[in-house]
Amino acid sequence: MRVLVTGASGFLGRAVAASISAAGHEVRTFQRRPSGLAGLEDVYGSITTPADTPYAGLAYAVSGMDAVVHLAAKVSLTGDPAEFEAVNVGGTRTVLQAARDAGVSRFVYVSSPSVAHSGASIMGSDALPASPEHARGDYARTKARAELLALAADAPGFSVVAVRPHLVWGPGDTQLIERIVDRARSGRLPLLGHGAALIDTTYVDNAASAIHAALDACERVHGQSYVITNGEPRPVAELLAGICAAANVAAPAWRVPASAARGAGSLIEALWRRRPGTDEPPMTRFLAEQLSTAHWFDQRRTRADLGWAPAVSLDEGFERLAAHYRAGR
Amino acid sequence: MINIRTTATSRRLPRTTPAPAALPPAGLAGLDPEWSRLVEVVESDRGGSASGVNHGWHLLDNGPQLDVLGVIPVGTILCVHGNPTWSYLWRGLLSAATDAAQSGAPAWRVIAVDQLDMGFSERSGGSADTAGSDVGVGGAGAAAGAATGRRSAGAARPLARRVQDLGDLTDALDLTGPVITLGHDWGGVVSLGWAVDHPELLAGVMLLNTAVHQPASDPIPAPLRLALGRGVLGTATVATPAFLDTTLSLAHPSLSNEVKRGYRAPYLTSARRGGIGGFVADIPVAPRHESRAELDRIAEAVRALVVPTLLLWGPRDPIFSDRYLDDVVERMPHARVHRFEGAGHLLAEDADYAAAALLWLGDCVMTSPADPALLGESRSRHGDLGKLDQRMGAPGAPPACNSRLEPVVSGDAAAPSSLVELAAEPENPLVELAETAASGSGAAGAAAPSSLVVSRQTRQPAEAAVSAKAAWEAAGTHPLWYYLHELQGSDETALVDMQPAPRTVSWRLLSRRVREIAAGLVFIGVKPGDRVSLLVPPSADLTAVLYACVRIGAIVVVADAGLGLPGLTRAVRGARPDFVIGAAPGLMAARALGWPGRKISTARFPAPMAALLGIEHTLAELTRLGAARLTAGTELPPGPVPSDPAAVLFTSGSTGPAKGVVYTHGQLSAVSNALYLQYGVGVGTGLVAGFAPFALLGPALGARSVTPDMDVTAPKTLTATAVAAAVAAADGDTRGSTVVFLSPAALVNVVATADALTPADHAALAGVQRFLSAGAPISESLLAQAAALMPGATAHTPYGMTEGLLMADITLAGIRDAAASVAMPIADAAAHDDASVAGAATATAKPAGGVCVGRATATTRIRISALDASGASVGELTEEPDVTGEIVVSAPHVKDHYDRLWLTERASRRGAVPGERWHRTGDVGHLDSAGRLWVEGRMPHVIVTAGGVVTPVGPEQRIETLPDVARAAFVGVGPLGTQQQVAVIETVPPARRVHRASASLAEAVRAVVGSPVAAVLVVPGLPTDIRHNSKIDRSRLSRWATGILSGARWTKP
Repeated sequence: MRVLVTGASGFLGRAVAASISAAGHEVRTFQRRPSGLAGLEDVYGSITTPADTPYAGLAYAVSGMDAVVHLAAKVSLTGDPAEFEAVNVGGTRTVLQAARDAGVSRFVYVSSPSVAHSGASIMGSDALPASPEHARGDYARTKARAELLALAADAPGFSVVAVRPHLVWGPGDTQLIERIVDRARSGRLPLLGHGAALIDTTYVDNAASAIHAALDACERVHGQSYVITNGEPRPVAELLAGICAAANVAAPAWRVPASAARGAGSLIEALWRRRPGTDEPPMTRFLAEQLSTAHWFDQRRTRADLGWAPAVSLDEGFERLAAHYRAGR
Repeated sequence: MINIRTTATSRRLPRTTPAPAALPPAGLAGLDPEWSRLVEVVESDRGGSASGVNHGWHLLDNGPQLDVLGVIPVGTILCVHGNPTWSYLWRGLLSAATDAAQSGAPAWRVIAVDQLDMGFSERSGGSADTAGSDVGVGGAGAAAGAATGRRSAGAARPLARRVQDLGDLTDALDLTGPVITLGHDWGGVVSLGWAVDHPELLAGVMLLNTAVHQPASDPIPAPLRLALGRGVLGTATVATPAFLDTTLSLAHPSLSNEVKRGYRAPYLTSARRGGIGGFVADIPVAPRHESRAELDRIAEAVRALVVPTLLLWGPRDPIFSDRYLDDVVERMPHARVHRFEGAGHLLAEDADYAAAALLWLGDCVMTSPADPALLGESRSRHGDLGKLDQRMGAPGAPPACNSRLEPVVSGDAAAPSSLVELAAEPENPLVELAETAASGSGAAGAAAPSSLVVSRQTRQPAEAAVSAKAAWEAAGTHPLWYYLHELQGSDETALVDMQPAPRTVSWRLLSRRVREIAAGLVFIGVKPGDRVSLLVPPSADLTAVLYACVRIGAIVVVADAGLGLPGLTRAVRGARPDFVIGAAPGLMAARALGWPGRKISTARFPAPMAALLGIEHTLAELTRLGAARLTAGTELPPGPVPSDPAAVLFTSGSTGPAKGVVYTHGQLSAVSNALYLQYGVGVGTGLVAGFAPFALLGPALGARSVTPDMDVTAPKTLTATAVAAAVAAADGDTRGSTVVFLSPAALVNVVATADALTPADHAALAGVQRFLSAGAPISESLLAQAAALMPGATAHTPYGMTEGLLMADITLAGIRDAAASVAMPIADAAAHDDASVAGAATATAKPAGGVCVGRATATTRIRISALDASGASVGELTEEPDVTGEIVVSAPHVKDHYDRLWLTERASRRGAVPGERWHRTGDVGHLDSAGRLWVEGRMPHVIVTAGGVVTPVGPEQRIETLPDVARAAFVGVGPLGTQQQVAVIETVPPARRVHRASASLAEAVRAVVGSPVAAVLVVPGLPTDIRHNSKIDRSRLSRWATGILSGARWTKP
């Protein structure tokens, strides 16, 4: 199978491209930067460039492909709403169009559980329909709209499946792990509430193998959404402590009431919008909610339908993370 | 007392505006517009001739939907609402019946009518009855001023008319049999009126809270009395929606606004509410009320109904309280009864009556011979009933039911023989015992039910004495009063009461006292089958009263103060005692909480106090009265036979409301026999009774019973010294034959107070032959510590429950053997370092674990009903080793049935071998290859993860091997099927507040458990049951942990 992976320079995208390639498929990547993966064909370009632009990289990248795994997205806690819209919604529309035009038959859209999260605790529910009206924050809202777009494009001969890995982490992750470790190191990482909210996460290799499995199962499970996790929820404080221990930094020792953090998050978010600069606010309401409410999912349908199970346990993941930090990254 | 002197003729109601029948508005919650029909019906008089008046009816009917499904109904359920509801009340049954038919189960057509002037049926307004009389004008305040007519508009349809109306309707519908009637409130009376008038169509009767009779001597329910008050009726019922709103407020939990909207829809204006007032005015409060005769006619005629009957009742009903249920049961003793504890007047909203009704009908259909014409397609019968079972939360096959429904051709007036047979089916103990007494045989025959009832009422003493003796001989066991009779001339000690000062009672005295009290009870009117609630602490008094009741066939009701006052109130009310015998605290509670029954006090009170408490007699008076009667030559009546009900014992209520468990005399004798066989308790042995249920059986065994000095309501007050003193008293001349019964809480305190024992105390304890800790599991180490105090004794822990008191038994040595047989892998694992354990535990199959409770006692059989992947115990009963499932037991001393809990009873017998009495314990466990039973937890505590079913006790035991852990509970959080496992721990030393376990403790817990543990929480104390203070309330912990682990505020569990 010839497979195009978009966003392969990202942490998860690179792992996905590597996994599919390792299985003997021919993999091409499409993003603005080199993927850093040996032996793959990188095509550079942006998904925000209209698909019908002459000589746009995307049209070339997708030509001759059997399948597309679309990961490219703007992932951030804050930022310009218009940019989220352009990359996550407009970009997905563009990639879908290009894929259909090129005669691709399988399309895996990599989504996020936040597309169906209204802020309340999630305890053991399966993937609910994406809901842009209820999603919290620009990222979740635009990912929700994009998922609906992708699933609406599911048609005979063009099988679309959406997978939603939850909190992907592992060695080399700049999105989650680095932020936590940096903040912990500078003493800016509080524990929200009592840190007991059960949160399920996904070790990067498991997320990659699940997306790979969805690609294989695409024609069987098209039109569906699946949440992907390790299936090992833990109290958030234990997760943070595990990550900090692996990085050999002190775990968060001070505590902020969850409600105060949510309030402060909203305020800080508002201030940061007016403030020039590219750094991220120390707390957003979204993040405060994420860190003080439970998020764990029913994985039975995911595992049965995709014929997949995570290969790396949470504890094994922490080991690998620790080895990564010990090796002096 | 008749509080209402007025009759319908003197009450005035606002006028109802005439209006034709109409369809309900669209969009009422739960109401399918496809069900609604309008029917034009010609009114007939009682003779059946047409009057020429037409009435428009609105009714709900799922018949057309069944037609679309292409199924032939097995019968019709004719539903009649009460006041002030309408057919909307039955929407749940319509949809459940159609759903069941759709899934292939037997199809029931449901027709739910709106009575005339009610719901969306015709408003007759100023009908012929009221023509020419001024019945006042509508509107609040206008009611009082109008002139009196012969009949008010609202009372235009008295009961007899309404019964006739319903018959006119079913004629117009050309309804054919079989028909099951279903009524609620005053609709219950109307439906019964139809039932007694249509024997050729009738195949069954179902009732929700209703009343078929209003004794002239009793006040009608207070809320109705209020509504009927002069000047109130019209305002409360018609001019304002007060009566309607009050009724709707009776739901538990409260109705949603959209459902309230549904109930109010036909009654939005006073012009449409005339029927509500009319109905209330038609309550025959006085003997001369025009509907009185019809009510009396129906109330008497139902006595002759022989069709299967189901009574579903909500006890929290301020209108139709349990006394109305008692009345219906008295008239229809073959009825099956289920009281939904916590539900009230609007039972149809409070409980899943529809599922219960279909389940009951399913049982009856299921046992009828295959008849494709009756059942539609016969292939669909069995599997589909299973689906209904699942809806009830009780999957599997129903118990044997001899009830049969047969199609009856309309116009065939002869009752089919099958209907007679089904009424004679023996589940109801009153029927059974009466039948048994009359025939002298334990088997239920096929005698006509009416004669059964008669035989119960007219049993002659001499004849019964012979048959009683024969029955006991046939049963091969002694009645409970056997030794009281045999030893009546013995001066040996029968009882010692150590509290407050030792009081010794000889067999001679005890036997005489029992006979005197029995004679006294008979004298004041206690009859066989009457229920006597005993609110007396364990003592010689309790023993004497208990055996006196037993002797004359009164049913003793024993509820434990451990239930707490609200639980006790529910229990006593539900047990509906005819008499209450109590000490001061019990009688004061009875007075304060309005418990029913005539009151007898164990102590004498000053007259004003006695009057206040409603005390009619004291025990001393009864004894005197009885002694005088005996001296005068009066004989005690013949005693009960083995199948007569003897006692109602209440469960601890740790898993929901306390349930009344009925034992027959034969079954209680079997309990004594089991104690004798297992522990050698018998004539000449001493019995120290620190655990009430067994202790009370001492006289039945011929043993010397000693009640130690303790606060019996708080077992943990029992000291080692008190036990030693009791043992010394129990030993008598036969030192070394004493058996000590203790509860786990008592045992803890006995061990804790052992330092105070004197050498003499030690010597006394050394003579104990056996001791038992009964009531809840205890640790091997505690049992070993207690055994060290009684070095000559064998230590036992029996396994049982209120429903089966002695099912299995194990000794301390047996516990050690059992532990050795499985402990090796765990002990080995604990010795390894943590990292390797984690690998080993996940790599190998973990042991099921559990508490070994030993082997079945001599007359008990134990089987397992395996759990499926969803945690439901659906497996066939098996004795295969190492199969984890629900523990199911059978023994001569297993309970007879639950009291007025038909659904619970049915579930507890599910999957039983036909003809055998099995009881599902609600415990989960397995048998090992040596035939030992291991208890792994309670059924509701089974954790159902994505990876399979996990039982809690094994992981708890493994966690408790950790040095920092005092006690652990293992619970699930999240939805069944994808639950996460959570350990909740008491540490050594105890934590002062709730917190997450340290990283090292969490790691250690995960390492020993062997299956994934999402979180480890530390608490200062685990919540336990009230009665034993030892059974951990895992359900509560699970709810608590769910909150904590979703980010909720931190509270103690």
